[in-house]
Amino acid sequence: MILTKAQYDEIAQCLVSVPPTRQSLRKLKQRFPSQSQATLLSIFSQEYQKHIKRTHAKHHTSEAIENYYQRYLNGVVKNGAAPVLLELANEVDYAPSLMARIILERFLQEHEETPPSKSVINSMLRDPSQIPDGVLANQVYQCIVNDCCYGPLVDCIKHAIGHEHEVLLRDLLLEKNLSFLDEDQLRAKGYDKTPDFILQVPVAVEGHIIHWIESKASFGDECSHHAYLHDQFWSYWNRFGPGLVIYWYGFIQELDCNRERGILLKACFPTDIVTLCHSTA
Amino acid sequence: MAAVLESLLREEVSVAAAVRWIARSTQSSEESPGEAAVLNSLRPLRKEFVPFLLNFLREQSSRVLPQGPPTPAKAPGASAALPGRPGGQPRGGRGARSQLFPTTEPSSTAAEAPLTRRGGRRRGPGPARERGGRAPGVPEEGVGGESLSWPGGRRLKGSGSPSIPSLTLSDPPNLSNLEEFPPVGSVPPGPAGRTKPSRRINPTPVSEERSLSKPKICFTSPPISCVPSSQPSTLDTSPWGLGLPPGCRSLREEREMLRKERSKQLQQSPTPASPTPELGTSLPSRTGSLTAEPADPARVSSPQRLELVALVYSSCIAENLVPNLFLELFFVFQLLTARRMVAAKNSDLELSQDSLESPLFQSIHDCVFFAVQVLQHQFQVLSSLDKGTLKLLAENERLLCFSPALQGRLRAAYEGSVAKVSLAMPPSAQAVSFQPETDNRANFSSDRAFHTFKKQRDVFYEVLREWEDRHEEPGWDFEKGLGSRIRAMMGQLSAACSHSHFVRLFQKQLLQMCQSPGGAGGTVLGEAPDVLSMLGADKLGRLRRLQERLVAPQSSGGPCPPPTFPGCQGFFRDFILSASSFQFNQHLMDSLSLKIRELNGLALPQHEPGDEDGESDVDWQGARRQFAVVLLSLRLLAKFLGFVAFLPYRGPEPPPTRELQDSILALRSQVPPVLDVQALLQQGLRARRAVLTVPWLVEFLSFADHIVPLLDYYRSIFTLLLHVHRSLVLSQDNEGEMCFLNKLLLLAVLGWLFQIPTFPEDLFFLEEGQVDALEVDTAASEHGLDSVPVVDQQLLYICCPYIGELRKLLASWVSGSSGRSGGFVRKITPTTTTGLGAQAPQTSQGLQAQLAQAFFHNQPPSLRRTVEFVAERIGSNCVKHINPFPTHPFQLPQNPLSLLQGDAGGRSGAPGRVTSSGAAGDTGTERGRSSPVVGDLVFPAVSPWDPGIEPGAGVLPKEEPWGCAGTASRGDPSSCTKQCREHSCGACNRKSMCLAVGQHYRLGPGKWGTESDLERWIGRVLGSLG
Repeated sequence: MILTKAQYDEIAQCLVSVPPTRQSLRKLKQRFPSQSQATLLSIFSQEYQKHIKRTHAKHHTSEAIENYYQRYLNGVVKNGAAPVLLELANEVDYAPSLMARIILERFLQEHEETPPSKSVINSMLRDPSQIPDGVLANQVYQCIVNDCCYGPLVDCIKHAIGHEHEVLLRDLLLEKNLSFLDEDQLRAKGYDKTPDFILQVPVAVEGHIIHWIESKASFGDECSHHAYLHDQFWSYWNRFGPGLVIYWYGFIQELDCNRERGILLKACFPTDIVTLCHSTA
Repeated sequence: MAAVLESLLREEVSVAAAVRWIARSTQSSEESPGEAAVLNSLRPLRKEFVPFLLNFLREQSSRVLPQGPPTPAKAPGASAALPGRPGGQPRGGRGARSQLFPTTEPSSTAAEAPLTRRGGRRRGPGPARERGGRAPGVPEEGVGGESLSWPGGRRLKGSGSPSIPSLTLSDPPNLSNLEEFPPVGSVPPGPAGRTKPSRRINPTPVSEERSLSKPKICFTSPPISCVPSSQPSTLDTSPWGLGLPPGCRSLREEREMLRKERSKQLQQSPTPASPTPELGTSLPSRTGSLTAEPADPARVSSPQRLELVALVYSSCIAENLVPNLFLELFFVFQLLTARRMVAAKNSDLELSQDSLESPLFQSIHDCVFFAVQVLQHQFQVLSSLDKGTLKLLAENERLLCFSPALQGRLRAAYEGSVAKVSLAMPPSAQAVSFQPETDNRANFSSDRAFHTFKKQRDVFYEVLREWEDRHEEPGWDFEKGLGSRIRAMMGQLSAACSHSHFVRLFQKQLLQMCQSPGGAGGTVLGEAPDVLSMLGADKLGRLRRLQERLVAPQSSGGPCPPPTFPGCQGFFRDFILSASSFQFNQHLMDSLSLKIRELNGLALPQHEPGDEDGESDVDWQGARRQFAVVLLSLRLLAKFLGFVAFLPYRGPEPPPTRELQDSILALRSQVPPVLDVQALLQQGLRARRAVLTVPWLVEFLSFADHIVPLLDYYRSIFTLLLHVHRSLVLSQDNEGEMCFLNKLLLLAVLGWLFQIPTFPEDLFFLEEGQVDALEVDTAASEHGLDSVPVVDQQLLYICCPYIGELRKLLASWVSGSSGRSGGFVRKITPTTTTGLGAQAPQTSQGLQAQLAQAFFHNQPPSLRRTVEFVAERIGSNCVKHINPFPTHPFQLPQNPLSLLQGDAGGRSGAPGRVTSSGAAGDTGTERGRSSPVVGDLVFPAVSPWDPGIEPGAGVLPKEEPWGCAGTASRGDPSSCTKQCREHSCGACNRKSMCLAVGQHYRLGPGKWGTESDLERWIGRVLGSLG
């Protein structure tokens, strides 16, 4: 699951040409049978997010918003049950959940005297039944359940996967009889930055000492890895010394270049763990 | 002055009497009336004798050492306190000095040769000021004004002694310019001098110390004023951290000038008389003159005279009348390895052999003879040099030829030398660990402050990482690359509370990265490793050829390099400069001062090695290591304190006028010192801890600005240090005296300090009158640190890397004549540089040691102290058990639990909890002898594993401990903990402890792996507690 940069680029290149649907994902799997579905999905999702980020501004100009809203209104007038919003999103190549958010925001602006707060909108997206207009609620709902990369449903899934891997990691640590402090314990002690686990007694992995382990239930591509490095990994290093990052869905091999510096990347729980032990003499 | 030397040569005065006369102002009864009469008549000149002698020798040797190697004597001193001038008026002296050259300008356009050279050198550090321009008052000439001249460099005339004028040699009437100071390697110009200016050889320094890229280095002048960069890049040469901007224009200008200068001199020089092949080329000087003239003992011109001068000279060295012992040694080594002599005019040689009228050194033979004579007297110092130097010296064929006896002794010393100065471990660039006790939210006034500091910590390390990656790239500039980020970060530190947090982080990181010797010149983060010293002499020839092709050859600082910030120290210096935050500086000074006081006052073990029982040896090694760590930390902290404290006052030169100086003095004298170093020094001397206090004080003072020595407060410190220096007579080895290497360290650092440009040069040779106040009663504490051999050779070389210049000098000699040298060890050792910085292949033991180290790194320091204490106590106790004849019952120096609590108590950290969980109430109980003490210590740590256990259950084994260790070591740690649960805790406790002890003693001290079991064990306990 550790890909070279070239392998990764090939996959990413392939993704550019396909729409973000489940069908494309299946095609991708046929094209790259050696890669696990989770890895491909993770890459797929990341690439799609990059694409959305690039085009985000385009969909948020006031003209575009007005245009989408009018099309939505026209559509639901014709047939309120048809997936108007979802089709619109697919047509303009934008994430359905985000399209739903645009339309919802616009709708609330029109119907409420004060502009809606973010939290209100988020809450309505999480639970479309709170949306005062039944037709819109239905449209938003369709968008959310059919979006495989954005939206509260996807967020929830991601969170669950992340948590699952943390639990997995915890079990592995317990099994290996390594003592650790988890994030909650650290937070309670007032740590300002908290990796998933801090090892109370450091161990060596592949000859490198590690003090902490961070679990990432995603694929480590350049973009996300650099963001993580800046926001998390180096901060951990600055406080606790060298550590290990596990990208459960793999990572680009070339990114594992900070081993000497103290950031070790792995795609699974390490097997050769050296602990402080007795028989040194 | 010369009169004295003449009297000596005429044997009117014995050497012993003369030295007594020089060293002490009072008359000794040992002198014969005749001697006394002669000496009395010369009384007013007494103080001038040593500077005269040093200058005399350097002048005399100028024909031999045309390359002008850096062995100047900064010995102008006496002149400032001329007998002719009313004594006891330092002000007058100062004033006169500053007025003598009020208009000297750092002219870079000076076409005149000497000016150009000196200007070039002096300007060296200068361009620095352009960098950033924010550093206040860092002016044109970074380091020193002293090179301009010393008033009365030839003040023999001024001294008004009628007996001297005949000595034209040393009395050139023309004092007009900068050449007046007695440079090694150049003969003073003057119509009356027999050496004509045109004959003077261009003082190109020895090759490996010279590079075209550093024209500012001029070895003809006091070495301290040259600022040789220790790094190939010109960016980082200035000790003040104001490196040149890339592509510095003036540098190129200088280079150009230098080239012109060279060619001019080439044209002028009468080529037949001076075969100086280096003149025409811009390459290092030695390239053309590698073949050395053979030296022959039979052809020495006047052995008696040379012997006599050598004896006087050696005596002055032995009495510490010379400012810098190692500088003189370097000079002598230069004489020993002189390659050829510039032919003198015939007329020079026709003079009488007995007076000073004729040159002292008429041939290479004379030089070598003299050098060997001096070396014979200095054997004691020589024998404490490192093994490499000893080897080179013992293999020197000239030395063998002139004194087989000395060669034999050196060889014996070489063979007996066990110490080898090795590269220390490269520093690990680890971050300061986050400690909840000091770093969590509760330590901040607001959420905002907490989060600000969180960001600052990350920015600080980001900057540090970027520096690590990029500081060696050509063209990279600290200020340009990181300055704005640092200032933005500092700008957020509004609350004083955050400042203190950040300063603590900064200081800890500084200590962590730079404290180890590797951090000073680290191979990982610091400058390039010293390849010259790594390669054997065998490779030097080849290296030299390579060097010729490289523009920037290996640099070295000469025997008296200026204070620098090598390796990662440069980061911290540049950070301070770029931050340019006075709040930060103030907090930093406060913090550094406190830490210095704390470390300086640390009670270091004072017992002698080789005490009664087995524990002492182990303890002793630990104590030595601890001393070294404390000393190096203190030196580092003091260096930065000096740097920051004197930063606002630092200027290029002394104030130009007396009025200005007086007003500055009035201002400065009312400013209290940043740290009461005077009191600390006096305390240190009184407590006989000079060996700890003086080295860091020297580091602190080395950054003093020009005004500092004029302030009464600091002047008294300098006087006190001079007094200390004088008192460190190496040959005296009385009971309770300071140990030899301790003395040598102090002599080396003090000698180095005395060569710093800002050190008042008139002070050294001044009457040592005002030292009454310093007659500290040392009787108070008979057994201070001074009398304990805490300094070893490695520490000496770490503190004074410039001593290694001696070896480089000798090695370069071998490289030039290796074809003919017949050393006694002709083994060719394959050398490689890959081992220098690369990580050693990891053995499992090494990894274990690293793990143990890593474990402690993230724990509060008190835990480590606790574990060390426990291990040590258990160790010595087990030895007592094994030892069938215990000499005396073990006595714990202090209550173990109170120690634990003292370390960690009061805080909420893990160790505190350890103590609280256990037998706190049991401390007063009589438990017999040693074992219960260990049990007490160990019990609290163990009890979490078995809550049922009672206090006091830990009783050390009655059975033979080694067997116990054997069984325990085969079980894996988890089984050990299982045992803990299953059996009585005492048993597990015993086994683990025995194991630790067994390993501790089998492997010897200093290896962390040995104690790792215990560490791991306690670590697990702590883990379970957390």
